[in-house]
Amino acid sequence: MSAEQAIFYFFSAVLVGAGAAVVTVRNPVHAALFLVLAFFTSAALWLLLEAEFLAVTLVLVYVGAVMVLFLFVVMMLDINLVPLREGFIRYLPVGVVVAVLMFVEMALVVGSSYFGLERFGSPPRHPADYSNTKELGGVLYTEYVYPFEIAAAVLVVAIIAAIALTLRRRPDSKRQDPARQVRVRREGRVRLVSLPAARRPAQGEGSSES
Amino acid sequence: MISLSDFLVVGALLFCLSVAGIFINRKNMIVLLMAIELMLLAVNLNFIAFAHYLGDVAGQVFVFFILTVAAAESAIGLAILVVLFRNRRTINVQQLDSLKG
Repeated sequence: MSAEQAIFYFFSAVLVGAGAAVVTVRNPVHAALFLVLAFFTSAALWLLLEAEFLAVTLVLVYVGAVMVLFLFVVMMLDINLVPLREGFIRYLPVGVVVAVLMFVEMALVVGSSYFGLERFGSPPRHPADYSNTKELGGVLYTEYVYPFEIAAAVLVVAIIAAIALTLRRRPDSKRQDPARQVRVRREGRVRLVSLPAARRPAQGEGSSES
Repeated sequence: MISLSDFLVVGALLFCLSVAGIFINRKNMIVLLMAIELMLLAVNLNFIAFAHYLGDVAGQVFVFFILTVAAAESAIGLAILVVLFRNRRTINVQQLDSLKG
């Protein structure tokens, strides 16, 4: 077994074990941490497939942003775990049967008889000065520039949607509304009242007040 | 030498694990979202394996877009989850039946 094969089998075993732990552990915080482990190991597998930029992106974006968001939400919500575990044993046989059946079907299709080394030979390694980022960027900004901009729009919509969903209006908080402020006219604020002129009090009576 | 089918089998195994996770954790919405993330990871592994063995960088570009959309999806999904918990005090999928579907 070559070193490359040993690395592949090690990371694949860790990846599959972490994936199994994500769906079976009791605590959602532990599940999120196992998902972080799964992302890390699959980033290592992607490095083995010479997709360096995407491997680093997976660690930065997923482990750094999405999983932190997951952990925030899991820790913020005060969840009673006991009712959520109901039916775990009941649905376990169905889940295992469906998963095994699906895996056997997929293994028949993607097994080594169709996608083995004699059909798809291992491509030659790129030289040391090859830049995966440069190649990906060259394609991304020329051939795929419209999908790239649509992806940017999707991200903006996601930001706005997430903020709009979770923004809470508190009725008791005092805040300014600039739209109402600029709409104010003089008639709405000032009321002129004409008062009849009062007689000036006579000398001697008013001196005691001052 | 590692063949293409080795990577595809790992991806298939991960995908089947997450399908089983959706079956057995059907009450806990957070674990359902995590299982969906795991599925997308398995699909991404397939895309990158094919991109490497066919020598075509388009597969990697597709993984880039999948990562973008998956990040947006999980952000909105978690926002919906937070609003849901604020209104119903539960994330049990069985009790989310107010639409009477």
